[in-house]
Amino acid sequence: MRFLARPARYAALAAYILFLGFPLLWLISASVKSSAELNSLSVNLLPQQWHWDNYGQALERQGLVRSAWNSLVVALTSTALVILIALPASYVLARLRGKVRMAGVAWILVSQVFPVVLVILPLFLILRTLGLSDSLAGLTLVHMTYMLPFALWMLQGYVSAVPVELEEAGSMDGASRLTVLRVIVFPLLAPGIVATAMFGFVSSWNEFFFALVLLQSPENYTLPITLKMFIGGEGKVALGPLAAGAVLAAIPSIVFFSLLRRRLTSGLMAGAVKG
Amino acid sequence: MATPSLATASPAAPAPPPNRRPRRRPRSALGRARRREAIALVMPSLIPILVLSVAPLVVGIALAFTDARLVRRPDYDVVGLENFGRLAENSLFWDSLRIGMIWTVSVTLLQLAAAMGLALLLNSGLRLQGLTRVLALIPWAMPPVVVAIMWQMIYSANGGPLNAVLGSIGLPGDTNWLGDFSTALPAVIVVGVWVGMPQTTVTLLAGLQQIPAELHEAAAVDGASAWRRFTAVTWPSLRPIVTSITSLNFIWNFNSFALVYVLTEGGPGGRTMVPVLFVYLEAFKNRNLGYAAAMGVVLVIVIVAVLAAYLRSQFRHDSTEKAR
Repeated sequence: MRFLARPARYAALAAYILFLGFPLLWLISASVKSSAELNSLSVNLLPQQWHWDNYGQALERQGLVRSAWNSLVVALTSTALVILIALPASYVLARLRGKVRMAGVAWILVSQVFPVVLVILPLFLILRTLGLSDSLAGLTLVHMTYMLPFALWMLQGYVSAVPVELEEAGSMDGASRLTVLRVIVFPLLAPGIVATAMFGFVSSWNEFFFALVLLQSPENYTLPITLKMFIGGEGKVALGPLAAGAVLAAIPSIVFFSLLRRRLTSGLMAGAVKG
Repeated sequence: MATPSLATASPAAPAPPPNRRPRRRPRSALGRARRREAIALVMPSLIPILVLSVAPLVVGIALAFTDARLVRRPDYDVVGLENFGRLAENSLFWDSLRIGMIWTVSVTLLQLAAAMGLALLLNSGLRLQGLTRVLALIPWAMPPVVVAIMWQMIYSANGGPLNAVLGSIGLPGDTNWLGDFSTALPAVIVVGVWVGMPQTTVTLLAGLQQIPAELHEAAAVDGASAWRRFTAVTWPSLRPIVTSITSLNFIWNFNSFALVYVLTEGGPGGRTMVPVLFVYLEAFKNRNLGYAAAMGVVLVIVIVAVLAAYLRSQFRHDSTEKAR
């Protein structure tokens, strides 16, 4: 595309970089400013004095470390579970034709459409009946279930990329179907599994709505809920430590996404094109 | 699905060579074993889906016809369409739906426009690509709560960088972006665009890279202008991707909760009260579960109707294109 001369295109690119990058820079800058500087009316991107103390204060605040731990447990468990159950199902989705596949794909699509806000009301009641309301176990199961469509979609894309001939060769040699899956197919899927797992981890780590509704006791809060409580009414936190806590909460997600960069595109596209 | 899996068992396959004939007899038994195997493989996914996804949806729709309240001992009656009747007269809900539509349509369209611009730039061989691509992922990766906290600081009425910059170039520098009736919704929309742009950009970029360069070259040789090449080559090739990412963005934006909830909690004066937030408050603050479920049902109907109309117009467009 040559709509614009080269300098104009660089100017446009710079504007995008500024728009996308500046807010995060500002957050980081606020996280290392003293409260005196944050409250003053002079506005600078670079702090007059680097004030790392905010991070210490954020970590000392009751609840932050604990809720980070809760978030970690929920994200790791729900991701491990979703891979465990999605892997065999995605194989079926990718390899079988007919009604099973149709139903699977239809559900994946429908699950994107229905508003969580309608689902959350009965979900709350169902979990209460199961004795799982206000518990990390309940939240883990919910996160697992709502990661499933995407995990299935990504994994079945990766499965279809594995040549069927490989499997046929395996079964000719007399290996059972399960052996073929375990020895031939799943190892080839390893990169796809890692990518799906990282994506799953990030979506659970970031998730807000289910956690807000399903968790009531502060000792069960996940990190996003604790951060929200920091700015809402009770226990208003100074801006510096709040920014520091926010930066800390964003680090795992950003790290995983940078690692995922290429895979995410190709995984999404694999699903999109092959579907 | 182009996978030739199980092709040997499909009737459409060419007649098998004679030496394979003996294998055909146990096929139905094999087919049954295969089916059992498939069910066993799918079951672990199916159970949580049924219990935590399908059942809530069905119960949710059923709740809409009851007067259930969120109390310890639920005791409710079926009230038929009463909730919907009340809802028809609830002007606050329809206001909220209108705000939700403004929010969803503006964010979706602006996302598409901004993402298309960035994708075209990234596809045109400039430097700084690596940096831009990494930067473009950050909004996508960040927890929505952190995004909201961050933009609250950007929009801050005093000490916020936005007002500081505006003030320094002589514009009014004391706007309370998230607190003012007229600026709150646009300000929240900008954050929505910021969050959703990266995913759209990545998707469009992948689409752009699949367009064969020869098409552009041929058009250029024919003397087509840049704009003409975009409308004649790029846009038609991207259409299927644009349709699907726009539909998905539409749904995601309509359902987005955390961002607006943390940024403004629906304020000021309900100016950013998107419908999802409205239903949440009705259910968990006012504790009117049945009434909230009825609102949820209306939202599903609205979103499905809009989506169906959009997809239909897209398909119709495609078929007229082909007929030409």
